[in-house]
Amino acid sequence: MGFWQHQLAGPTDPIADAAWEEESEPRKGFFTDTSICIGCKACEVACKEWNAIPEDGLNLLGSSYDNTGALGASTWRHVAFIEQTSDRIETARESGRKLVDLGMPAVRPIGSAPSSSPSPNGDGAAALAGVDPLGDRAAAVAQANTAAATGTIPDFRWLMSSDVCKHCTHAGCLDVCPTGALFRTEFGTVVVQDDVCNGCGYCVSACPFGVIERRPDSGTVKNGGVAQKCTLCYDRLGEDQTPACAQACPTTSIKFGDLDEMRASAQERVETLHANGFSEARLYGANAKDGVGGTGSVFLLLDEPEVYGLPPDPRVPTADLPDMFRKAGMAGLAMLAMAAASFLGRRR
Amino acid sequence: MTTNPLDADRPPEPSRAERRRQRQAGGRRRDEAMMVPDVEFESYYGRNIVKAPPWSHDIPAYLFLGGLAAGSGLIGAGGAARNLPALRRGGRIAALIAVALGGGALAKDLGRPERALNMMRTVKLTSPMSVGSWILTAFGGFAGLSVLTEAGRSLPNQRSLLARTLRVADPPAVIGSALFSAPLAAYTAVLLSDTAAPTWHDSYRELPFVFVGSANAAAAGLALVTTPTDQNGPARRLAAVGAAVELGAFEQMRRSMDPLVAEPLHEGRAGQLLKLSKVLTAGGALGAALLGRNRAAAAVSGLALMAGSALTRFGVFEAGMASAKDPKYTVQPQRERLERRRANGVTDDSITTAR
Repeated sequence: MGFWQHQLAGPTDPIADAAWEEESEPRKGFFTDTSICIGCKACEVACKEWNAIPEDGLNLLGSSYDNTGALGASTWRHVAFIEQTSDRIETARESGRKLVDLGMPAVRPIGSAPSSSPSPNGDGAAALAGVDPLGDRAAAVAQANTAAATGTIPDFRWLMSSDVCKHCTHAGCLDVCPTGALFRTEFGTVVVQDDVCNGCGYCVSACPFGVIERRPDSGTVKNGGVAQKCTLCYDRLGEDQTPACAQACPTTSIKFGDLDEMRASAQERVETLHANGFSEARLYGANAKDGVGGTGSVFLLLDEPEVYGLPPDPRVPTADLPDMFRKAGMAGLAMLAMAAASFLGRRR
Repeated sequence: MTTNPLDADRPPEPSRAERRRQRQAGGRRRDEAMMVPDVEFESYYGRNIVKAPPWSHDIPAYLFLGGLAAGSGLIGAGGAARNLPALRRGGRIAALIAVALGGGALAKDLGRPERALNMMRTVKLTSPMSVGSWILTAFGGFAGLSVLTEAGRSLPNQRSLLARTLRVADPPAVIGSALFSAPLAAYTAVLLSDTAAPTWHDSYRELPFVFVGSANAAAAGLALVTTPTDQNGPARRLAAVGAAVELGAFEQMRRSMDPLVAEPLHEGRAGQLLKLSKVLTAGGALGAALLGRNRAAAAVSGLALMAGSALTRFGVFEAGMASAKDPKYTVQPQRERLERRRANGVTDDSITTAR
């Protein structure tokens, strides 16, 4: 039973579950640190170029600098732009603080000195100085302290975040694919085989993040009528290369590597930000106990997930499948009983 | 923030203090100047989070035809068991035609119809569509066999090898059609529920009962149209009980669901379709039960039942599509269940973590 227990929900190793055994590689993943994203969209462009993804609309959407809209069949990286005024920043900071208070290790309360910040290494400032990409750490700390002490919060901020397929531990798309076109790779990622998919579209509705989509078939595009999404550059991984988006990212906002390392560096980064007074920082997808068993793409966000168009509590639909089949079985018996009762009565 | 000449056309922005007051008063947090519809929850420019499947109306048409085929298969089997030739013949022919049309609708809706047979590449228990494809195939096979054995009964020479073979194949055909009819009618509910579309997913406890009731009502309706009144007793009873189960299960479903997630079932186009479906189903069932001995009244009731069943399928389909397209049905219930878990002291299973 031990094996079956976590096949539909809960923490598990998807590579072992997919029976890769000796061919298996360490699970790969992304860590997208949105706090250092500058919204250049190099990831979107690099992804389109490398994967030869067709153009899918040149529109002005009226949503800040985002004219891409959302992830889809022909958009495997999507940079979100959110404009926020001070009250929204305050709310984000507050919600982050609440998250920290949920029985998690405490971060420095606003107003106290940064040197008192707790850190696993004892001296947080010294240990984290080397990994702080904000540049002048002393200045940043001073600025954060001033902000904390005086209660000032910037008038405006721009959130930018490069979204991508989550390569879930329990992937709804993969679970429901009826043809076996979607499969789990030796890297723990989820990939569509274009030549097998028959475009039934079931995966589209099964993804709790709304990532995968069927490419409209115009007759001229590649893989028209077939479900498409990020492959985590499966072709590049096989050659020990970094995925195109991570390689193109000029600020290292998109990091790629072994998933456990990605999770560790995400945790390190969020601690640094908390120590610097940015209580709004939080991780998304780093918890193996969540509704999809943890994701292969970890994000550091600066506000609630729904602000970025991410679901606040996603759950893989198949988690309920045994119960669904049970209910359907009972309904099936009810159907037979209805017919039996109707036919057992008088003939006319 | 940058300024541009068009700023003059925007409505004045409230000051920070005003905005805070609005927020504390429970007002909307959003800036009036933004191009976002009237919403109380956070979203990314009002965009949907989960995606609606790329399914056309072929899919609800299949839901109806699959149910009609399943119910008809059952009526054909019942007719064979109780020796009611009109019900047996009508049920068997209807099952084969409906399952063929339904399968055709499914294949037509694929992005690559020429790869329809890829559904048979694998047996995958986690995919209701894979399970359903095999159920549909098996049922289709037995429906075809049933029509063949039915044809065997009218062969001129009943002692020929063909006629004797078909007579031997008749009982397996009856049993096979009966056994696969129930899964065929019920799996389509799982098919819809095993998705991230909130209204479909949250209806999973009762939707199979709605669908099997609807399947029986539709098939009984067709039998009322095709069967003379001296044999339509079982069809009249099946119509009444099928419609009652459908209507009862639907009501139970709507009550047990989160009110917000159930909203698409009684609003918009889906709401209209489902309201009309209830009127037709209830009317058809009453007509079948009370006036079913009159041929014309039976036929009209039967048509009403079929239309009611079809509208149920289209209505449930539309409701799920609508729930996927509006982010409020995704964000709000998820946010609420997360808060509920946190209030109960469960803090270790959120996708958002502080570290």
